[in-house]
Formats: sequence, C-alpha cells, structure tokens
Amino acid sequence: MITVEHLTKCYGDFMAVNDLSFEIDEGHVYGFLGPNGAGKSTTMNIMTGCLSATEGHIRINGYDIFEEPERAKKTIGYLPEQPPLYMNETPAEYLKFVGEAKGLRGMELKKQIEDVAGQTKIEHVMDRLISNLSKGYRQRVGIAQALLGSPRVIILDEPTVGLDPIQIIEIRELIRQLGENHTVILSSHILSEVQAICEKVLIISQGKLVAFDKPENLEKLLLASNGITFTVEASKEEIEEVLKEVSHITEWDIKTQEYELTTVSVKTESENVRDICRELFFAFADKEDAILEMSSKKANLEDVFIELTEGDNRLFNGKSEKSEVNRK
Amino acid sequence: MTAVLKHELSGYFHSLTAYIFSAFLLAFVGIGALIYNIQSAVANFEYVLGYVCLGFVVIIPILTMRVIAEEKKQKTDQLLYSLPIRASQIVVGKYLALLAVYLVPLCIVALYPLIFAQFGEVYLPTSYGSLFAFFVMGAAMIAVGTFISSLTENQGFAAGITIPIILLNYYSVTLAEYVSATASGSAVALLVIAVLFGFIIRHLTKNQNLAYGLSLLMMLAVVVLYFADSSKFEGLLPDIMTKLSLFERFYTFMNGVFDLTAMIYYITVIVFFLFLSVQSLEKRRYN
Repeated sequence: MITVEHLTKCYGDFMAVNDLSFEIDEGHVYGFLGPNGAGKSTTMNIMTGCLSATEGHIRINGYDIFEEPERAKKTIGYLPEQPPLYMNETPAEYLKFVGEAKGLRGMELKKQIEDVAGQTKIEHVMDRLISNLSKGYRQRVGIAQALLGSPRVIILDEPTVGLDPIQIIEIRELIRQLGENHTVILSSHILSEVQAICEKVLIISQGKLVAFDKPENLEKLLLASNGITFTVEASKEEIEEVLKEVSHITEWDIKTQEYELTTVSVKTESENVRDICRELFFAFADKEDAILEMSSKKANLEDVFIELTEGDNRLFNGKSEKSEVNRK
Repeated sequence: MTAVLKHELSGYFHSLTAYIFSAFLLAFVGIGALIYNIQSAVANFEYVLGYVCLGFVVIIPILTMRVIAEEKKQKTDQLLYSLPIRASQIVVGKYLALLAVYLVPLCIVALYPLIFAQFGEVYLPTSYGSLFAFFVMGAAMIAVGTFISSLTENQGFAAGITIPIILLNYYSVTLAEYVSATASGSAVALLVIAVLFGFIIRHLTKNQNLAYGLSLLMMLAVVVLYFADSSKFEGLLPDIMTKLSLFERFYTFMNGVFDLTAMIYYITVIVFFLFLSVQSLEKRRYN
C-alpha cells in the first residue's frame, strides 16, 4: 500500500530523516510516534508530496510520489499540522474548492461534501466563516477536506493538538471510524492517544525508525524489568525475612504506613511476574500476614518510548538488539 | 486549474480587493478623462491611458501583493501542494483570476470612447488599440507582481518591492538620459548586473556553485567582449534601459501604431515571470 524506501531528507547539514524504510498495509490505523523534532512532520510532508526528499523512494498505492505525483496524491488525504484553511471562507466554500481541485464535479461533488460534513459533524457550521469557528471545528473542517475524493490513505499530522478533552475524544472516535474504511496514519507525541486508537505503532527518533510493531508487543519487550507493589499487614522485619526467601527478587523498597500497613515495592528479574506474585502471596499467607493489595506494574508504551528514543536502540518486529540493557 | 481560478475569483469578489482595485483604476481614468477629454476638449481617448499609466504603480501591488504571499503566511500552500494539481496550474489559475479582475474595470472604461464619440469625432481604432495594449501591458506587470509575491510571505514586503520596480521601469527612459553612455560605464554596469544575477540565482536555487559559476561566466564574457571591441559598449546601458521599459513601448500604440514587437515583448515578459513564479513555488518544496 505505502512503501517508504531509504528515505533521507537533509536541511543543509541537518539530517531530519535518516535512511527511513517501512511498509504500510491496507486498512489499519497506524501511529507515527516520536519526540518533537524527530522527523514525523517531515516524513509526512514528503509522503504527501509537499516536500522533496534528498534520497529515497515512496510508493503510494503503486504510484511513485515523485514521478507520478498527481496520481499518487489522488489516493491520499492529508491534514497538515496546522489545518490549511482559508479564514475568510465558509466550510461550504472551502470544501467546494478542495473537492473541485481533487477533480470532483456536479452531483458527485455535492454528495461527497454532504457525506464528509456528516462524518465530521460540521453540517451546522457549514455557512459560518472559518475564522469564527473554534479550534475543534477548524480541525474537523481540515479532516473533512482530507476525506474528500474518498482517498484510500488518510494522513493526519497531530490531529488532536490544542483541543480540549471532549474534542479530543470526539476526534479519536472519528479517526477510529475512519480506520474501518481507510488506511489512517496519524502522528502524535501523545502516547496514550496512540495506545488508544492505533493498531500498529512506528516510533522514530532523530530521523530513524527505532520500532514498528503492535503496541502490546512493544510493551512486552519491557515486561522483564517489571516490578510488583503490594500492601501487607506486617512489620518491616517480618517482610524482609519473607523477601529473602522468595526467589528472583533483586531489590525492594519498604514504606510503613498508618494502621500497621506496609507498602512494599519489589523488582524482579524473572520473566514470569505471575509466579513471583503467587510465591509472595503464599509466603505471607504461611506467616498469617494478610496481603491487602497487590499489583504488578506493567511496562506501558511510555516506558518503551522513553527507552527507545533516549537510547540508540533499534527494535524491529519485537526483537531487540540490545535486549540485555532493557532487562536491568 | 479551473478550481483555482474559480476559488481565487470568488475570493477577490468576496473581499475588498477587486472593488478597491476597480475603484482606483476607474478613479484614475476618470480624472484623466476629465482633464484631457472634457476640460481640454480633446477627442483622443488614448492620451488618458497614457496619463493613467503611472497609476499602475499603485494599483498593481493592490492586486498582486497577496496572491501567493498570503498562501504561505496562512500555511494554505501546504494544501495546494498536497492537492493533485501541478504548480503551473496553481500559478496560471491565480494569474487568470487576476486578469479577470483587471478586465472588469476595463470593460467599463471601454464605454468611454463610445460616449465621447457621441459628442465629437473620435478615432476609435486608436482608442481601442491603445486600450488593448493597456490591458496587455498591465497583464505583464501583474505577472511581475505575481512573481514578487511568490518570493515572500509578507504582503507588505511584496507591495514594497513591486512599487519601486514599476516606478523604476516607468522612469527608466528618463533615467537612461542621465546614466553614463561611455563604453567603460556600460561595462561596469553589466558587471554589476552579473553580480546581482548571481545573487538572484543563489536565492532561487540555493546552489552556490551554479550561481557563482554563471555570474563569473557572464562577467568574463563582458570583460572579453569589452577588450575585443569596446565600441559595442558605447551607449549600451541607456539602450538596455530604454528597451526594458514596458511603458515606452505603450506610447507607440498611443501614436496610432499597433506594434506587434511590443506585443511579443509583453507576452514574453508574462511567460517569463509566470515561469519564474512556478519555479519559486516549486522551490519551496525543495527547501
């Protein structure tokens, strides 16, 4: 569907995108993740033909974006980081222009405008000036624009930036719906967002691809460095005695709370956190000390993200070249 | 292209641009007609157009300053780049919309000779020939303005550059009388032009080697030619300045001659600057 091969983009001496290669299949929601300045927007701009590349190839639905830009662009809808809206127009006028530029005419144009306005829920503001619309509605008009011409791929650059929480939820819901009929690629530096809506995640850092997998697979990578936190009715000495007997525990931290309760955080080197939990449970049960709360802290995408973007690790399809570093 | 054209036209007539432009042009022509035709009781309408020419200094920037600069400022140029249309279609669409806006007040002006004909003897072929030349000359200046607008994202800056350029072109024939007509003076001026040319190429292509190479090549050519036959450089600079004047060629039409070479010159200017505008738009993609 979309193939990016050895994409490189230099601004003078600065390398914004560095030998980036990946492939995107039809019909999923993809998340493009990276810290600020990682090269997300640059890559998206190149993919949509807004920017040239220094080196590399991009094929969209079989068309090379540099050699057959018009054909390739017909299959993409793009919402840049700042919605490209004409402030002194109404959404109706604006969508009419974009539709016509995408080659729609007459009844077909009218029908598509109605459809995308319905999808993005902007029907009731169609005749208001865009300059008078709220940020959320402007974003929707921007998305509506991308949907015109029913493109197979929709590329959204940070679609929820600057929106209030309710608007964010609505836009996410909209993206999820779009994912049913289109391939959606969205960029973000908000991890929870990507975790919530994307089926696959690309993480890039300093212009390089560092990971490309499902969110849950990425989390599994860091599971080994997991910790367990529990609250128990016991004294510090008793707890230390128990912990020394339980295997695979590398370090612990004990905090005494009120009502003779103690919160303990332990770290384990074991792959199987569940076994350690069970062992702890029975060890305290033997001493007749009740465990009142126990939770294993799962590594989330945030940890993976920090790990990957701060170090120079490269992970592909769940395999880590530097897996030893992750464990300790 | 038609999408861009329609969109631009509706933009001009929704905003004040088209109306302010028409008002200025009609006011200039009106005042001219009042002074030359009514007060002096002269039937030659073409003199009015000759007088109105200086008005281009004001009205062309009104029309062209925002045409591409505003797209960059509002970041709507990203939309244009991502749409399945070519940069040339964008530029030509925008240019045709500008011409259409320019044509509207001229249609009203076209009635004046007919009105004057009611009261006296008006030689209509010269009037309408001049009006047509006036349109094409304006079209050439609009192309220049479009290019300048494509260089910046600041409308004010675009206008600020367009005004002196048109003014300079207007006075270039007068100025030509004051510049040095000696061979050495012309050669020095050509060397300066070669350096400026190098800077423009560097700005447009960001390719230093190409810019300096071309510039040096031009300078070398000037130096070699100068030492080979310096008499060729005699009076060259004033000559070039007169030849480049868009206005000077218009006065031929006023005298009742339909000058085809002038027409070709205007059309060349239009094509050249539209081509540069397309390159300027494409260049942003390569930044």
